[in-house]
Amino acid sequence: MLTLRGVHAGYGRSRVLHGVDLAVPPDGVAAVLGHNGAGKSTLLRVAAGLLRPSAGTVELDGEDVTRAGPHERVARGMAYVPQGQQCFPHLTAAENLRLVADGRRDRAVATAEVLDLFPALRPLLRRRAGLLSGGQRQQLAIARALITRPRLLMLDEPTEGIQPSVVAEIQERIVELTRQSGFSVLLVEQHLGFALRVAERYHVLESGRVTSQGDGGVTAERDVRAALAV
Amino acid sequence: MTVLFGQLFTGISIGAVLLLIALGLALTFGQMNVINMAHGEFIMAGAYTTYVLQQSITGAGLSLAVALPVAFVVAGTMGVLLEVLLIRRLYARPLDTLLVTWGVSLMLQQLARDVFGSPNVQTRAPELLTGNVALPGGLTIANNRLFILALALAAVAALTLALRLTPLGRRIRAVVQNRDLAAVSGIATARVDRTTFFVGSGLAGLAGVALTLLGPIGPTMGTNLIIDAFLVVVVGGIGQLKGSVIVAFALGVLQATGEYLTTLSVAKVIVFVAIVAFLQWRPQGLFTLRTRSLA
Repeated sequence: MLTLRGVHAGYGRSRVLHGVDLAVPPDGVAAVLGHNGAGKSTLLRVAAGLLRPSAGTVELDGEDVTRAGPHERVARGMAYVPQGQQCFPHLTAAENLRLVADGRRDRAVATAEVLDLFPALRPLLRRRAGLLSGGQRQQLAIARALITRPRLLMLDEPTEGIQPSVVAEIQERIVELTRQSGFSVLLVEQHLGFALRVAERYHVLESGRVTSQGDGGVTAERDVRAALAV
Repeated sequence: MTVLFGQLFTGISIGAVLLLIALGLALTFGQMNVINMAHGEFIMAGAYTTYVLQQSITGAGLSLAVALPVAFVVAGTMGVLLEVLLIRRLYARPLDTLLVTWGVSLMLQQLARDVFGSPNVQTRAPELLTGNVALPGGLTIANNRLFILALALAAVAALTLALRLTPLGRRIRAVVQNRDLAAVSGIATARVDRTTFFVGSGLAGLAGVALTLLGPIGPTMGTNLIIDAFLVVVVGGIGQLKGSVIVAFALGVLQATGEYLTTLSVAKVIVFVAIVAFLQWRPQGLFTLRTRSLA
């Protein structure tokens, strides 16, 4: 599905990624784990097209998209939910969704689908997104990404900074999504247990390099903890 | 009383012109953080467009009616060219943008001098706009000033509705609020930027047409207004139009009444002092965009 080869990237003089190789299997879930500052978010920014790598390639279904802009990648079936429950604060929740659905023929169906997935959003549609709680904004953010009916969803710490009652709800939705066929997920997570439960492959990122990787599943947790402790 | 009322309405119409100019600046400055010093020359382009059209269309009323859309497109196209050729290569470099657009501004002024000559030119106002509207109590309002006010208000209304209700408006607001998120939501931000530049510059063109009703057309006519328009945007607060509307009219009235009670230079000083004092009190401008997430 998505393949990163030898990706080097950074901001100005500070280099963050030093040759990252990573593959998201078709129909599967890959998790990126690592401490703060390891380069996880930078990796997703490169994959989403917000940051151009100084070396290396990004491929989608075997096609090189390294030079494609973010909106072109969305058109090709990628969706990205950045860190921090980002939304357009002065648009209503409905407008946040409408904005992405504009010009799509399946607008009504796609909107209904994501609202079925996050029914908690229905009563909030007329409210300005900036006035929603963190958990509500994150549900809106995921809904916004899903409205384009992506084949690959990239989530950056989807449960970080969200009240515990909503975390379980969001995790459940992600599990539901990963079960769909023809759908891949690249997940950046701090919650090891959750990430390894849903992921088929995990990659541990340390100082901009993949230092260990393996198959997901609950049994992998010990290995990952050992890898991260060093 | 009659004179004071006249001054007041003069101020309001100056405010209306400032508003047309400032709306464009508020769009480009708010969305792209671009300080476009050549914006004033788009006003000039709109004014000269009116002049040129009047050479071939003799009916003053008809030529004015034609000039409005044509000037919008002429100035808008100049804005898009400037964006595509220069500004988009300088995003996130505000100082360079300022210098480059200032250079473009000087070049456009010289171009106008070469084409139309340095002396000012004049257009004929349509008969309909030369008279006055008489109000009870011996007060009068000049028709041309009333027309300019209506033009500015129509532009504000159209822009507000377009921003609020159309897909393009939603995209513009989204890019203003969170550019990266807009891009990863599938919005072609570069195209939105170009459209915004077209509309913003086009509004300056409309201001140019309006100005032909008030006075002569010259190569430097834009420069005198651009500073005031920037003040409107800064004082009004960035990221929305409400502040610009209020401040444009306030500035116009303050300027006109100040001019009447004292002299032109003293009026300018009064306006600048008032703005400095205001910005000490509210450095973020009259209105700011506030949200829970940013609080």
